[in-house]
Amino acid sequence: MLVHLRNPSRQITVDGPMSVVKLLKKLDLRRESVLVIRDGTLVPGDALLPDDAEVEVRPVISGG
Amino acid sequence: MKCRVCRESAVIDIRRHNANFCADHFLRYCRDQVERTMKEFSMATPGDRVLVAVSGGKDSLALWDILLELGYEADGLYIGLGIGDYSDVSGNYVRDFTSSFVANRESEHANSLIEIGLRDSYDYDVPTAADVTGRAPCSACGLSKRHLFDRAAHDGGYDVLMTGHNLDDEAAVLYGNVMRWQVDYLARQRPMLPAENGFPKKAKPLVRLSERETAAYCVLRGIDYQVEECPMAAGNRHLEYKHALAASEEASPGMKQAFYFGYLREAADLFEQSAVRTPDDGPGLVPCESCGSPTSGDPNGQPRCAFCRLSQRAAGADPVPVELLKTKRR
Ligand code: SF4
Ligand SMILES: [Zn+2]
Ligand SMILES: [Zn+2]
Repeated sequence: MLVHLRNPSRQITVDGPMSVVKLLKKLDLRRESVLVIRDGTLVPGDALLPDDAEVEVRPVISGG
Repeated sequence: MKCRVCRESAVIDIRRHNANFCADHFLRYCRDQVERTMKEFSMATPGDRVLVAVSGGKDSLALWDILLELGYEADGLYIGLGIGDYSDVSGNYVRDFTSSFVANRESEHANSLIEIGLRDSYDYDVPTAADVTGRAPCSACGLSKRHLFDRAAHDGGYDVLMTGHNLDDEAAVLYGNVMRWQVDYLARQRPMLPAENGFPKKAKPLVRLSERETAAYCVLRGIDYQVEECPMAAGNRHLEYKHALAASEEASPGMKQAFYFGYLREAADLFEQSAVRTPDDGPGLVPCESCGSPTSGDPNGQPRCAFCRLSQRAAGADPVPVELLKTKRR
């Protein structure tokens, strides 16, 4: 699947299917610090992402 | 995962409340939390005119939207800080939000956006001010924003100035103030400060929502916002404190909320009673000779406020691009 990461913006591919929780573990990200977005809406942690999915992993912590 | 309210499938889980929500019930949860906070801390009552400081980020746009959803009369105030592309893009998010979520809303009030550009109105920007005065960029930026927000709220006759500080922001500030025992800051760390000495009433209605929740609110409402970080923020202390708190929150969900609300309940009054009144919030304020804002004067005893000193020094200086300032500072 195609994964968009932010700050800075970049893209990586990850083999699916994979659950959101697993994906974040693999990326070494805290679940509370990001949102996973697919087709304009949120994907919950227990959802399974198919191999052809395109998702954005958006950080929510800001330093302003 | 099922929504706590309707048992349909949930899109978000909130660990500290042990609750999952579908999109509709999550949006309702956010509005309820804000309404409850506003009541609890007497932030505003229906009929009040509210000025919301908007930056183009998730928190302030979510706040403006929630206030309008709750039926408040609320104008937005955006300050163009002149921080390169970051500011250009942020301004566009604010304008897009205004045209799609504010201007065409059915409402009895004509809510609108007020824009002030530091470069257009005062002939400086944040990077240049930081460079000319030797202040840290966030310090020059914070001083400029505070002054212009206060001024606009006062001159526009608004009942209250609201900002989008969320639970994570306030917990991180509290953590920093405790770590360094900044007792005078602790005494003023309240979600609502009443109008005083010519300064407007100020309120932070998002203190019950985490930043994950304000971001989720925007995604589910279809609000596009500035996701990138301000280039001046990298490596600041505030972020460091947030990461420290995030680690504890992960180990014990609810810790952040207990820390912040426990402080308000158990300790804030004690700090306020023992605080030394500084000239800045005491009765010894005089009007600034340039702009009329209340001030304790400059170090030579002249009645000139910190904003006028900063802006007069920075005005007209050769603009310093963001990239250059960064390399100079590291
Ligand atoms: S990070 Fe600093 S410079 Fe950037 S907007 Fe926030 S206060 Fe201003
Ligand atoms: Zn529901
Ligand atoms: Zn002044």
